[in-house]
Amino acid sequence: MNEVFVAGDNIVSPFGADTAENFSGLKLGLTGVDRHERPAMSNSPFYASLFAPAQFSSSIYTKFEQLLLTSIEDALRISGIRPAGAKTVLIVCSTKGNAHLLDEDANTPPENISLPASAARLARAFRFDAPPVVVSNACISGLLGMITGMRLIRAGLFENAVVTGADVISRFILSGFGSFQALSPGHCKPFDKDRDGINLGEGAATVVLSSRTEYNSGLRLRGGSVSNDANHISGPSRTGIELCQTIERSLLDAGAAKRDIGFISTHGTATAYNDEMEAKAITRAGLNHVPVNSLKGYYGHTLGAAGLIESIVTLQSMREGLILPSRGFEENGVTTPLNVATGLLSTPLTTCLKTASGFGGCNAAVVLGK
Amino acid sequence: MIKSMEHITASCVIGEGAVYRNGKLLFATPRPPAPPAPAAANPTAFLLSAYRHFDLQYPKFYKMDPLSRLGWITTELLLGPGWDTSIYRPEDIAIVLSNAHSSLDTDYRYNETIRDIPSPSVFVYTLPNIMIGEISIRHGIKGESAFFLSPSFDPLLLAGYTRLLLRQGIANAAIVGWVDVLGDEYKAALFLIEKTKDTDTPDFSPERMQAIFQNPTKPWM
Repeated sequence: MNEVFVAGDNIVSPFGADTAENFSGLKLGLTGVDRHERPAMSNSPFYASLFAPAQFSSSIYTKFEQLLLTSIEDALRISGIRPAGAKTVLIVCSTKGNAHLLDEDANTPPENISLPASAARLARAFRFDAPPVVVSNACISGLLGMITGMRLIRAGLFENAVVTGADVISRFILSGFGSFQALSPGHCKPFDKDRDGINLGEGAATVVLSSRTEYNSGLRLRGGSVSNDANHISGPSRTGIELCQTIERSLLDAGAAKRDIGFISTHGTATAYNDEMEAKAITRAGLNHVPVNSLKGYYGHTLGAAGLIESIVTLQSMREGLILPSRGFEENGVTTPLNVATGLLSTPLTTCLKTASGFGGCNAAVVLGK
Repeated sequence: MIKSMEHITASCVIGEGAVYRNGKLLFATPRPPAPPAPAAANPTAFLLSAYRHFDLQYPKFYKMDPLSRLGWITTELLLGPGWDTSIYRPEDIAIVLSNAHSSLDTDYRYNETIRDIPSPSVFVYTLPNIMIGEISIRHGIKGESAFFLSPSFDPLLLAGYTRLLLRQGIANAAIVGWVDVLGDEYKAALFLIEKTKDTDTPDFSPERMQAIFQNPTKPWM
């Protein structure tokens, strides 16, 4: 089977417009999450990681599309891969895409919101020849996009996959999570005993995958797996058995052993149920001694982009041999405690795990390695 | 020795007020003599009449949005009472679905609730993969899943991805296809894909999927 190399990557977030800028901010312990008063989005103040209102406000492309354009452009440039030809596919990941347009006009026509139409515009802008693939699978969209790209490359259907994802925070999304009582009234605290919900976040990220050895930058997407809890559409499994199974299957797929895993980048949304389930799954997998963090305290929950952003931060952690502290964590608040990183940890990393779960009972895990 | 190959071991198509399984018409609303709009023109009314016609018993059905109802009922009839899920492990059955309009039908409806009181029970359906969750819960399926969006039914992508799951040993069976709802428009075409030595079911190919999608009464073999 073809190996899958990481040829380039990018993160666009309130931290900055490339991976390096993002990682510098994270190392300084900064956060994108802030208190916002934006009457157009919420009747009351809220905590989230948002771009300034004037950013990404071109009239040609939607905000969602501009985020992706910015991210894809930088990742492609870094990779040196040209999108033309039948061997390179664009994979676009999002939960809500252009749904932010409904905030301004509740009658926005379907063709203006359409994710496939946005993907086609992006593909044209960068001159991709292959038709784009669009993944919309709740909060595992980013990881599922990476796994899809990896599998298409392994099967020899493509040589390169440009996997990109973004979500824009809108009144639509804020009100929805608010209606679930899922929003934290302050900064979110993943895995902490006082955790009280999520912060939402905006961002885009792109990872360029390739089977061609000339694009081997020293990091690989080694394996991945997806599962469903078959339990509840808006709450995670009570046991974590399914996420545990996904972790084990992703390791098997990667040909990696549990003892190889030096770090886990968790989903860690800071809701009571998610963090509890994830801790159970990681413990059940026998990985509770492995250092973990959640990046939600820095980025908020970036939904369809989360899996990509957090995988790319993990790649950067591997490059720099540095595990970031889990912002917002002070005291353990899950029944099966994890080894949550509380300070910058300098350590060589060769194999890491990234997990995610989402509405609809979906779970995903990928193995990243040198 | 005959090798096990991927076959379409069942298909179910729902659209324009009719339900087809394996090339046979199972149910249709009576042709309306004249306008006003027939029940067939409205997915909610038609799916409810199909639910009653097939005497399905699943109270959660009433909580679902039209998209999940369509996906759920199509899967119910696809698998029928005859499909024995116990021959597969729950984690070895994959669900690969797609549509053009994501959850937009419910997005508009949820957006209307925001001004008043945002409804969590509507918001949860503003993701297309919730339908995969509903189907997984109903049948205890815990395997691989994916939701793709395409401008139109894309059997090349669906067959390509599903084949890869079956051939790379990621799944042993798969429920694959299209479930789309927007306003009064609705269409579902789901396929059960299994590896079998049985030769009296159609081979699994994008061409065969397209043919069944377009003409569900075409002879099964």
